[in-house]
Amino acid sequence: MNCSNVGRKSPQDYESAPFLAACWTYISLAILIMFGYLRDFLRRIGLDKNQSATERNKMKGFVPLYASFEGFFSRNIFKRAIHGAGKPICSPPTVEVDVLERTSDDENWHFRLTGKKRRCINLASYNYLGFAEKDGPCVHATAQALQQYGVGVCSSRQELGNYNIHEELETTTARFLGVEDAITFGMGFATNSMNIPVLMGGKGCLILSDEKNHASIVLGARLGGSVIQVFKHNDMDDLEEKLRDAIISGRPGTHRAWRKILIIVEGIYSMEGSIVKLLDVIRLKRKYGAYLYLDEAHSIGALGETGRGVTEYWGVNPRDVDIMMGTFTKGFGAAGGYIAGSKRLINHLRTYSHSTTYACSMSAPVAQQVISSMRIIMGEDGTEIGKLRIAQLAANAKYFRRRLRDMGFVVCGDDDSPVVPFLVCVPGRILAVMEELFERNIACVTGTFPATSITKGRARVCISAAHTQQMLDKALDAISEVGDRLQLKYSL
Amino acid sequence: MAVEDVMVEPWYMMQMVQAFLQAPVYHIVIEVLLIVWIIGLLFSKSYRIQERVQLTEKEKEDLLAEWKPEPLVPDTPEDHPALHPRVVSGKAGLKVVVDGKECLNLATLNFLGMLGNKRIEKAANTALYKYGVGSCGPRGFYGTVDVHLDLEDKLAKYTRTEEAILYAYGFATIASAIPAYSKRGDIVFCDEGACFAIQKGLLASRSKVVYFKHNDMEDLERLLKEQAKDDKKNPKKAAVTRRFVLVEGIYMNYGDIVPLPKLVELKYKYKVRIFIEESASFGVLGDNGRGVTEHFGVPIEDIDLISANMEMSLASIGGFCCGDSFVIDHQRLSGQGYCFSASLPPMLSVAASEALRIMEEKPGIFEELRTRCQWLHAKLSSIPGLKVCGEPISPIMHLQLAAPSSRAEDTKKLETMCNECMNQGVALTVARYLEQEEHLVPPPSIRVAVNVELTEDDIDHATAVITNVAKMVL
Repeated sequence: MNCSNVGRKSPQDYESAPFLAACWTYISLAILIMFGYLRDFLRRIGLDKNQSATERNKMKGFVPLYASFEGFFSRNIFKRAIHGAGKPICSPPTVEVDVLERTSDDENWHFRLTGKKRRCINLASYNYLGFAEKDGPCVHATAQALQQYGVGVCSSRQELGNYNIHEELETTTARFLGVEDAITFGMGFATNSMNIPVLMGGKGCLILSDEKNHASIVLGARLGGSVIQVFKHNDMDDLEEKLRDAIISGRPGTHRAWRKILIIVEGIYSMEGSIVKLLDVIRLKRKYGAYLYLDEAHSIGALGETGRGVTEYWGVNPRDVDIMMGTFTKGFGAAGGYIAGSKRLINHLRTYSHSTTYACSMSAPVAQQVISSMRIIMGEDGTEIGKLRIAQLAANAKYFRRRLRDMGFVVCGDDDSPVVPFLVCVPGRILAVMEELFERNIACVTGTFPATSITKGRARVCISAAHTQQMLDKALDAISEVGDRLQLKYSL
Repeated sequence: MAVEDVMVEPWYMMQMVQAFLQAPVYHIVIEVLLIVWIIGLLFSKSYRIQERVQLTEKEKEDLLAEWKPEPLVPDTPEDHPALHPRVVSGKAGLKVVVDGKECLNLATLNFLGMLGNKRIEKAANTALYKYGVGSCGPRGFYGTVDVHLDLEDKLAKYTRTEEAILYAYGFATIASAIPAYSKRGDIVFCDEGACFAIQKGLLASRSKVVYFKHNDMEDLERLLKEQAKDDKKNPKKAAVTRRFVLVEGIYMNYGDIVPLPKLVELKYKYKVRIFIEESASFGVLGDNGRGVTEHFGVPIEDIDLISANMEMSLASIGGFCCGDSFVIDHQRLSGQGYCFSASLPPMLSVAASEALRIMEEKPGIFEELRTRCQWLHAKLSSIPGLKVCGEPISPIMHLQLAAPSSRAEDTKKLETMCNECMNQGVALTVARYLEQEEHLVPPPSIRVAVNVELTEDDIDHATAVITNVAKMVL
């Protein structure tokens, strides 16, 4: 279990989960499944009450709605852990958040709020630049937009839902990213799922997608009907091999040439904390003639000296990326997504995107929030707040990673990424980490299969520019304590 | 010897050799062959099922150099209307300022006039100063705000169902709900005229889709009978194939209402589950605006899932599904748009809650809306050259050309009409479709939306303008 995280520049290939932890993971899963079958058996013979909802009697004779394994997982595995996830909050998702306490009278089948709330240090919300606040110039501007435009829109962009604030948002976004034009949508997830099919529609298209790409990308790729090939996470050799193979062998069966090839990668991967090797991807794309789709959901605003994202981080000209996509939820404290690129690309999307034709436009006050926060980041508001926040975020992220590593945790991802996951592995410990940290007033999230591989369950921290030194130290102390208690310091 | 003794006793070398010598010859031969085969498999080179093309390095490099992709996107014609959308400034209430001109708004789907309601804006403002704008996380990762739980609760109570689940985007609601239940191998009977979001949900589900003629229950019954016949041939498969019927309360593309009682009859006769998309009928039909079930007096327990977006009657953003807990709870793990997307901004959630409260306090609003729909429908039906498609009580009606020619020509004429109407102070829009992507693209039309705040004068004025313009253009 040797490690030498210290001194490594880009620990992409961190050592795999410690052997013992991996063993325990499999053993725990086996025990869980065994218990699951036992409980199901007891329920069937009536010794245990079936607390999950069941179908009405009227529905006897209908084919069961859920396959038997789906129900099994939900009843016996997910329900045991559910009290960890989905805790409601009652304050803005800033660095200190009020979490509502819940209790259950029937062993976690149903929850009720106790009425008490607990102020926690927020390491869970995607609030990289600290714009999730309830006061300040952004909020005032949003309130004004609310008075001016109302809440809803009730129409799509191509009909009567195109407000001048949407156009302002798009020009601001294009200016921010340094590209010709941009188009915005009301939901980040839908930006991928409704536009990738438009770009890669019809037969004869190939999508090369990173292993760890987000569900929205996978859905978008599937809906378009193109052939999808997955390459190993951030592995440029594998990508090159697949590219070569694709061009040489052509389409499966007919061997005709592919019409187009699209490489889809993310700026920062949310569960890995790794940053895409953009220079290599661009080199490969140029060499072989593929197109590049870059999903900057987590990296826009969070990376780069002026917050312009992963292109600035690597010193790449944004016009080298064919399709830049991102969301406004994380770096800007709002909601929605954008796609940016050449005018020709954006014109095509304006005309043929599923969203502009059928879906409701972004709410005007939300658009205003994005505009205000973007202008602050760019420094157009006349202050240095944007610059300071970006620098603070970078410093916080580096500090937190270094301290975690020094403590002995196995930290995943790259040094500069504000997403800091650390390995926990064993399912029981994953749940325990969340609960123990919550007891110590730290709100943290964990990820397990299928978001990560089975043996690499982890806890994830999202650093914010608004975290102060005290908050980070307090959080680190709590994590260290929990790490000792649960034996998570695998690197020691 | 007792059984336990036999099992517990270890096998000594001697006994093993004895067993070997005593075994029949054929047994040994088979064992040896098996061992040889296993060793052969272990050491043989593995090969890919796909024949790898055997080319020389030079040929490969040539192929790589020759390959030219087609352009990422084709050129879009400069005069396409989507590239020159109308610009709205200010609130799109009953009156809307479009391209600088104030018009009567018959284009946005703001049926109950909630867009611009001061009470809602005040509530949203309070929420803004309490929660900020974004919720910065998905529901499972501290993105659940108490206002979400509150709205889900209110929606469940209002629709008189057990549970409701909230989505952050209207389109994503039904498009995520369908694939959560219907998987590859299941069968969905869907109305031909279903909206695009439903079509995308069906595509994502990879199920077998059988379209029945628009609003034609006999055609649906015929298809169900055929399916029943197929089932008899293969009862094992039928026992695990889920069936669904997917309809809309009021069809967005046609403005007509689904004949629900007959559908419920078919449900129990052929054992299919009903999913209804009620975006255009929630807050419109029924004495209390509960939708098409209340309109027909069908108990809501007979419907398996109701999905609606909050972007029409509630004039907010997002959508919800409601039904039995048994059904809805499943989406909390399997609804893609729920699990993998940031939750609805709290301010928009509060706006929807407030709109619901208003709907509860003023149940008379629904009858008022329907009356205005009927007035407008009657007036528009009398315009020469145009025909009105949709039920009289539907707040969505489509104005189609009475004498249609080609699609491109008709669309152009309707566009010209809309522009002219706009010049004369009535905002209308041509219904937009992605013609190549739709399963059955409806005929070109102007989609008229009724707002409960319309007065008789407004309706007369609008009719007069449209009549004039129709005369001019057609």
